[in-house]
Amino acid sequence: MAEITLRVNGGEKKVTVAPETPLLWVLRDTLDLPGTKFGCGAGLCGACTVHVEGSAVRSCSTPVSQVAGKSITTIEGLGANGLHALQQAWIAEEVPQCGYCQTGQIMTAAALLAKTPSPTDEQITQAMTGNLCRCGTYERIRKAIHRAAGSGGER
Amino acid sequence: MSPLSRREFVAAGVAAGAGLVIGFYLPHRGSGKDVFSPNAYVRITPDNKVTIVVARSEMGQGVRTALPMILAEELEADWKQIEIEQAGASTLYGDQTTGGSASIRTTWDPMRKAGAAAREMLISAAALTWGVPRSACAAQQGSIVHAASNRRLSYGDLVGKAATLPIPTDVTLKQSKDYKIVGQRLARLDTPSKVKGEAVFGIDFRLPGMKYALLSRCPTIGGKLTGFDDKESKKVSGVSFVGRISDSAVAVVADSVWGAMEGRRLLNATWDDGPNKDLNTAAVMDALKQAASKKGVSLYGVGDVATAAGRHISAEYQLPFMAHAPMEPGNCTAHYQGSKCELWAPTQVPQDCRDSVATAVGLDPDQVKVNVTLMGGGFGRRLEHDYAVEAALVSKAIGGPVKVIWTREDDMRFSTYRPASLHQLSATLDAAGWPVAFAHRIVAPSISGQKGQPGPNGVDPDLPDEAAFVYGLPNVALEYVLAETPVPLGWMRSVYALQAAFASESFIDELAAAAGKDPLEYRLHMLAKDQDIQYFSTTWRTARMRAVLQLAAQKSGWGKPLAAGRFRGIACFGCFASYMAEVVEISMENATPRVHRVVAAVDCGQVVNPGILEQQIPGGIVYALGNALRAKITIEKGRVVEGNFDDYAPLRMEETPAVEVYAVSSAEAPTGIGEPSVPPLAPALCNAIYAATKKRIRALPILS
Repeated sequence: MAEITLRVNGGEKKVTVAPETPLLWVLRDTLDLPGTKFGCGAGLCGACTVHVEGSAVRSCSTPVSQVAGKSITTIEGLGANGLHALQQAWIAEEVPQCGYCQTGQIMTAAALLAKTPSPTDEQITQAMTGNLCRCGTYERIRKAIHRAAGSGGER
Repeated sequence: MSPLSRREFVAAGVAAGAGLVIGFYLPHRGSGKDVFSPNAYVRITPDNKVTIVVARSEMGQGVRTALPMILAEELEADWKQIEIEQAGASTLYGDQTTGGSASIRTTWDPMRKAGAAAREMLISAAALTWGVPRSACAAQQGSIVHAASNRRLSYGDLVGKAATLPIPTDVTLKQSKDYKIVGQRLARLDTPSKVKGEAVFGIDFRLPGMKYALLSRCPTIGGKLTGFDDKESKKVSGVSFVGRISDSAVAVVADSVWGAMEGRRLLNATWDDGPNKDLNTAAVMDALKQAASKKGVSLYGVGDVATAAGRHISAEYQLPFMAHAPMEPGNCTAHYQGSKCELWAPTQVPQDCRDSVATAVGLDPDQVKVNVTLMGGGFGRRLEHDYAVEAALVSKAIGGPVKVIWTREDDMRFSTYRPASLHQLSATLDAAGWPVAFAHRIVAPSISGQKGQPGPNGVDPDLPDEAAFVYGLPNVALEYVLAETPVPLGWMRSVYALQAAFASESFIDELAAAAGKDPLEYRLHMLAKDQDIQYFSTTWRTARMRAVLQLAAQKSGWGKPLAAGRFRGIACFGCFASYMAEVVEISMENATPRVHRVVAAVDCGQVVNPGILEQQIPGGIVYALGNALRAKITIEKGRVVEGNFDDYAPLRMEETPAVEVYAVSSAEAPTGIGEPSVPPLAPALCNAIYAATKKRIRALPILS
């Protein structure tokens, strides 16, 4: 066990956990941020996507010790000042069905828009293809990303 | 009622005609001074809130929006005043199983009656308050209005009065032409919470002091636990309990999921591999082939296929085991407290969970309370109760609240699988090439039979309705041959309809090719005569199938030239009382099909919410496309080989086609929509591959 300081959603949190614990479980179990989801535990589905220093990262495969002191954003922190443009677009396009994968989808899309404010279809596919959706919402995800990009991308 | 009676409640879903006065009784809890609740489905309070109870489970298919819309329509409520309450396992709502694309079909009547009864009582309450005739009052958007005096009382204002009135024993239901809510593209009520990360799925639910458990299960089908050494497990920080909870599973309990995962990883369990230790997929398929020589049970027959004269054609098709793999892995939270046990379960079968848990922990069903959480997908996997029973047993063992979590590998390897199947098809064509006889023998294990509820003659009770042959031929024979397998079986989205459609709709394409005819024209010929085909619990109408075929063909530009390298395939199928046709457009890239476009046409009767329809149809197509291309569960040495999304790979964005959805406008009672888009996809795709390559695919998955 080790005490680790995490910078999550703009706040500083100290946690005492085994250092190899995946960030996912620290977020969910220790910090009570359950919007980040467990899907595969192997970096294959993207449901657990969060931002570390602005980049999309699979929290299920990231030991918490690796992100000590780094800036972490989860879905709970994405729209800290109201809904992110992507969340608004997700609502407008009625993207979610079961909704389980959607927070991870949105986090991946947000990292894309932060670097590529007006992505092409090709760039969207490339960024999003690691995020699985068993309900098959992919085409609405694509539309929502275009919609958010059209409204100026990240707020 | 268990999920095993799916067919019965599907059969019960035939709705009364709109606009009729109908007698009814709905269970109720009773009204009070501050609540008007004429039945168990709706409560109105003086603050003008209308709470509608949803007694089906939300797994993405939109029931928490669509079912309330039906009640709100008859209630003449203002949609903005609606709040939703999820029912847990109850005795008030009949069978609460969420499956068989039946939620709207089976609640269409009770939800309409519940809303209409409340509406009529509110009208009476207002009429009494004003001292005017009922007939002078009307319900409008959450109020009763008296037009002559321009007076208006909100539903909230009328709670006290309405609560004292007798509940009517018959009501008049609205006609579809007067609908204001049903048929509208209303936004789903659950969307905002899902994009904010606030939606609470089963895996997210927490109780104070709750522990987490993972189970180590015998990896071999039918094997048993012989012992375990937990020394290393117990060294993991936070691990508080390791113990046997069944004859084939050990639970590792910790104060965090990661602790339980690590504890399980370090557990040294030993197993008796049991009778299936040498089982593999080849043996399963051999068993199907051997069973094929047995005499079958007739499912359906007209004329005599054996004596029809002409050119005979036959072919054999086969399908593998498949896994549902919903995004949210299995889980359940339980708190056993001696004389009671409460569960928070992402389940499609709350009542089965209640009853199965009661048996497992030695309580009466009424001592078990099952709360239904949101589900991260279901696809039939959560028609089982295994996760709930495990959670209850672990909670009992540790004497406190616990959440059992399955990993993805657990989900893949300890699932209940879509049955593998073998299909023998034969047909006779007349001199012009049109079919005069069609025979289909389905050789498959019985899902319900394996669960101890074989249907008559061993025919799985679900199978007949899911193998409907909606063509009007003079000689048809459908047969079922039971094949046994030890591989655990479950109901997976569209269940046997997927197998039946793949075999028969691919074979019809073969017949059209053999006759040198266009596959659309070939199907339309078989549907040319208006005909009712009574097939088990559904009356199929050839005219409705013809219409969806023509709609899909027209919208896809069937018969018009395609861009170079593009090819089309078509298929149609009827299941869950809905009619579906799909046209798939592909190109071939290095012998791999790339699907560019799918045009889907559906007749599902009255559409309750077109927005939800346009989610469900493409959703089923994406699910079916991934399955058709790659889904295959392999058995080796009695164990499931596939473990995660690398070796059981669903469709990703880069492979997803554009899907267009067209619904036939209809005022018929609504029918299923969650599953019907699944079955036609694989045959339409394989028929397109044939058009491109002249190679016929007779076994799934395509990329095997």
